[in-house]
Amino acid sequence: MASQAEEIAEAARVRRNWLLSAPALTVLALGALGPLMVVLIYSFLEPGDYSGVRWNFSLDGWFQIFFQRDIFDDTVGLADAHLRIFWRSVKLSLLTTLTTFVFGFPTAWFIATQPRGRRALWLFLITIPFWTNLLIRTFAIMEVIRNQGLLNSALMALGLIEQPLQIMYTDTAVLIGMTYVYLPLMVLPLYASIDRFDFTLIEAAYDLYASRWRVLRRIVLPIVKPGIIAGSILVFVPSLGAYVTPRVLGGGKNMMIGNFIDLQFGQGRNWPLGSALSMLLLLIVGAALLAYVRVSNREGPHG
Amino acid sequence: MAKRKDFSVTRLPGFATIALTAFVALYLPIVTLVVYSFNGSETVAIWGGFSLRWYGIAWDNTQVQEATLRSLIIAASAAGIATTVATMAALATTRTGRFKGETLIYVMINQPLMVPEIVTAVALLIVFAAVKVATGYTGLGYLILAHAAFCIPFAYLPIRARLEGMDLSLEIAASDLYATPWQTFRRVTLPLMMPGVIAGAMLAFVISLDDVIITEFVKSAGQDTLPTYMLGQLRRAVTPEVNAISTALLGLTVLMLTAFFILTRTRD
Repeated sequence: MASQAEEIAEAARVRRNWLLSAPALTVLALGALGPLMVVLIYSFLEPGDYSGVRWNFSLDGWFQIFFQRDIFDDTVGLADAHLRIFWRSVKLSLLTTLTTFVFGFPTAWFIATQPRGRRALWLFLITIPFWTNLLIRTFAIMEVIRNQGLLNSALMALGLIEQPLQIMYTDTAVLIGMTYVYLPLMVLPLYASIDRFDFTLIEAAYDLYASRWRVLRRIVLPIVKPGIIAGSILVFVPSLGAYVTPRVLGGGKNMMIGNFIDLQFGQGRNWPLGSALSMLLLLIVGAALLAYVRVSNREGPHG
Repeated sequence: MAKRKDFSVTRLPGFATIALTAFVALYLPIVTLVVYSFNGSETVAIWGGFSLRWYGIAWDNTQVQEATLRSLIIAASAAGIATTVATMAALATTRTGRFKGETLIYVMINQPLMVPEIVTAVALLIVFAAVKVATGYTGLGYLILAHAAFCIPFAYLPIRARLEGMDLSLEIAASDLYATPWQTFRRVTLPLMMPGVIAGAMLAFVISLDDVIITEFVKSAGQDTLPTYMLGQLRRAVTPEVNAISTALLGLTVLMLTAFFILTRTRD
């Protein structure tokens, strides 16, 4: 039977493909996936005396994310300090998503409505900052917002303020920084969906006496919705896991989840809590990305 | 009706203004940083005329020299490893038809794009700290391995894109003419996929060169790369020296990205 030969050939093909992929998978297993598994295991262990872990099973790492035990009477209460950091992370990430959308949507629209030949250049202008070192971009925005920076100097020269505005080391600084850093991630998917937009629909709406606001709300927004969702997730996910921007612009006090995880492996010396926090962050990000995949599949093969 | 003469269906009021503001806001900070790197004065706050002084100071700083060299060694090694293994994986996962486990391989390869960097960083910290104690080896190997891992998807995606755009007829012709599989690969497939491989390698190089978080957690004492050196400097005060280093790094990145775009634009 020919089918047996086919089966052997098929098995050989699968083996060849796995063998060719094996070196890449090995590097990834050693340099990323394996260590992530270790973090998962560590999240279920007891903290060691100074750092590290003791090999006893414990759910304390996960428990301590949300709750704390009173040292004296052993009562359980909510871990306010932790919840404040989560709330700040979620709030700043949502605000970042919103502000990048407010600036990103008109920008994407502007690029998509340029003459065909010029669009590539505008897109290139968006991509350059996107590929520029995150740390350098964070420095750059710091030059603008610090006390003797560009913004304060300009406002003082104009006589609008007498004292420099203290923006650095506040939540506002982190918000400005993240908006600046993640704006391209909002513009690019929005552009992709506006680019495919059929502008004759708008023409038809205007012919039917729709107002501009109505056109925007009833025609444009529903059609580019997949792009909006994609952009929002692409901004929200890295914002939630941000580390460099809050560390540089927010200073020590305005921590986000990323910095809080770092703290557990440094001064905090609570590796199981740090591990549990890492896994929680991973779960949230995973859920958001899963939503993204579902949206882009619904959008069709181009998404 | 005269008022509506320039009416266009694609125009929405205020959009162009916001868009141009966004472009200015995107570039103004970077331009400021670059301009101030040529500042002759002692501090970042005052403009003291054009000068290359801070470039000279950065150039003569042995810490900067060592960090630069280290950054380049790590980026070249990691990009080399990542590109080699990614090329093999791309050959396995494109143009061969679907096979069992293909999606799993694809997800694993792209995993570094999905996991927040801080999570991978602490994971590597935990594991490599234990390995360092157990083996006594504290060299650059850990950084190269970590960088190679997160560079793989950046090398893989352009190579895969290039392979998907190639048609199989030339390779079929080669084997019809009795070329061995190795000859076909060496003489036909590899030259055709080369622009994708170079693009992938350059992207991987830039990504490795720019990395802060994972490097900060994995490095042993005295193993600063340029970005972690700059992050360390920031704890004290911002000196124009950091601006000069940033500008130099920025120039290198823009140069490589421009080359990358030219290389990948070949699809008609």
